[in-house]
Amino acid sequence: MIQIKNLCVDLGDFLLRDINLNVEAGEYFVILGPTAAGKTVLLESLAGLYPLKSGEIWLRGNEVTRLSPERRGISIVYQDHVLFPHLSVAGNITFGLKLHRHPDQELTEVLNWLSHLLGIAHLLDRRPDTLSGGERQKVALARALSVKPEVLLLDEPLSALDPETREGVQRELRQLHNQLKITTIHVTHDFEEAVALGDRIAVLGDGCIHQTGTPDEIFRRPNSEFVARFAMTKNIFTGEVVVKDGRNAVFHTEDVELVVVTDLRGKWHASIRPEDILISYEPLHSSARNSFCGTITNISNKGAILYLTVTLPPDFICLVTRHSFEEMGLSEGKKVYITFKASAIHVF
Amino acid sequence: MDKKWFITNSMTFTFILLGLVIFLFIIVPLLKIIVTSDPQILLETALDGEVMRSIGLTLYAALITTVIGFFLGVPLAYLLARIDFRGKNLVEGLVDVPIVVPHIAAGIALLFVFGRSFAAGKAFHFIGIDFLDSMAGIVVAMLFVSVPFLINSAKEGFKKVDVRLEKVARSLGASPWQAFFKVSFPLAWRSIVSGSMMMWARGISEFAAVIILAYHPMIASTLIYERFESYGLAYAQPVAALLILICLISFILFRLMLYRGQRT
Repeated sequence: MIQIKNLCVDLGDFLLRDINLNVEAGEYFVILGPTAAGKTVLLESLAGLYPLKSGEIWLRGNEVTRLSPERRGISIVYQDHVLFPHLSVAGNITFGLKLHRHPDQELTEVLNWLSHLLGIAHLLDRRPDTLSGGERQKVALARALSVKPEVLLLDEPLSALDPETREGVQRELRQLHNQLKITTIHVTHDFEEAVALGDRIAVLGDGCIHQTGTPDEIFRRPNSEFVARFAMTKNIFTGEVVVKDGRNAVFHTEDVELVVVTDLRGKWHASIRPEDILISYEPLHSSARNSFCGTITNISNKGAILYLTVTLPPDFICLVTRHSFEEMGLSEGKKVYITFKASAIHVF
Repeated sequence: MDKKWFITNSMTFTFILLGLVIFLFIIVPLLKIIVTSDPQILLETALDGEVMRSIGLTLYAALITTVIGFFLGVPLAYLLARIDFRGKNLVEGLVDVPIVVPHIAAGIALLFVFGRSFAAGKAFHFIGIDFLDSMAGIVVAMLFVSVPFLINSAKEGFKKVDVRLEKVARSLGASPWQAFFKVSFPLAWRSIVSGSMMMWARGISEFAAVIILAYHPMIASTLIYERFESYGLAYAQPVAALLILICLISFILFRLMLYRGQRT
């Protein structure tokens, strides 16, 4: 669908170089990279809104490298949504259609379709500056979808939202994509967001793509220190949330059952931060609902702190301070108990 | 901010006193020339054909100047707001030069371009436009000294428009022209209008550059100057008062219109 070949973009103080990506039709593709890695510029250059230094962009088998942005059929949604402040919500959504003098009936149809799809029918007469962050996000999405683009570019669509709104919007993005099957490229600095949404992920940093693969490949087999920094310090599992004994939510993976606190049911991901896991030699009698016995298989020394890999299976990455590490006399091969609260697990 | 708390502050108090001095310095002469004018004479002056013609000519010439400045100045303002290029600072500095040079010198400089014996003057003469002692001369002089106000204000207006709004418009199918006319231009409109007002006002108030090119037909300032020189203060005052009144009223009206536009 979209092929990016040897793309090189000048960002003033550094370069994006040798960017090669191949995004399939209908795919939800996530570009993951730290802040200020040039992710926005990469999207803009795909849309024809930022000049390339060199390289080629192909869309559906046609080269579009030098095609002007209005002819590409690529819509972009910016992080802070940039709605047209002088137009109403309806005016924003129909902006693209009005440019090409579509008949009024078609305008109304598209407006109806999008406002119901995104649940913004009640906002159509409002001005952008009176909307909440989540509402603006939806209007920006509706505006981008109004012209029925072949590719949708999302620039950090969740990071301008407060945490509660974010989870909802994240789910909606996934549902929207399942419904419309529109080829989507989403950039983010949030690893969990990338795992939750992406069919595949490309990790961008220091001006180049480090690794491209499915979420599982990225966090199970990071190919470089850089990717590992994103992935290794996290415990992320894929599995299914079911209700057990009529009240407790339990997260099933192939190897382990975790007690979790969530309203979600079905296939999701679960993550737990390494610092939320307690390590002991004996089972702990505490209010924490999850306790497992495993073997220390790897120790990664970071100075004042250490990351231990405890294999049950699966592998849990746990964080201990140097002080506890030495006091407990931990070493590879020792059997330990890991304990963590149900509320420390994030299901997404 | 709590007003009472603010005023008890000694710094604020001092600043209010100093501010009052300069405010009175501006307002007293303007009020005095109007208040001390005999309404009877003011009315007679207003009905005096020569005065009416010259004031009408001034307002009209300044309006034409503003329209020309609008069509030539807005594109430059947009470029300066959007594109970075080598020597941009120099261009921006040069655009401001007409504000800082003595306007009598500006008039002389214009004469060297638009006078009949010089290239541009000859070219325009060929299509029937002469700049000496003509409406065209008045417009050229006004344009030179007043267009920086429009360019600068429009430039600031365009700078405030997020470039990404244009980018979104382009990605939705807008040509560069459509992106400009549907997004940037309407969003910078208020700055462009207030710049145009400043430009128009500056055109009306120009005297020195105008008389070098066109002493006749007489604009209001020239008429005031001539009456002052030939007949003295008593004859110059009512014309001056009338011009000030007209400017004041137009400005108050403009401000109100702009204020209304801002609220809706």
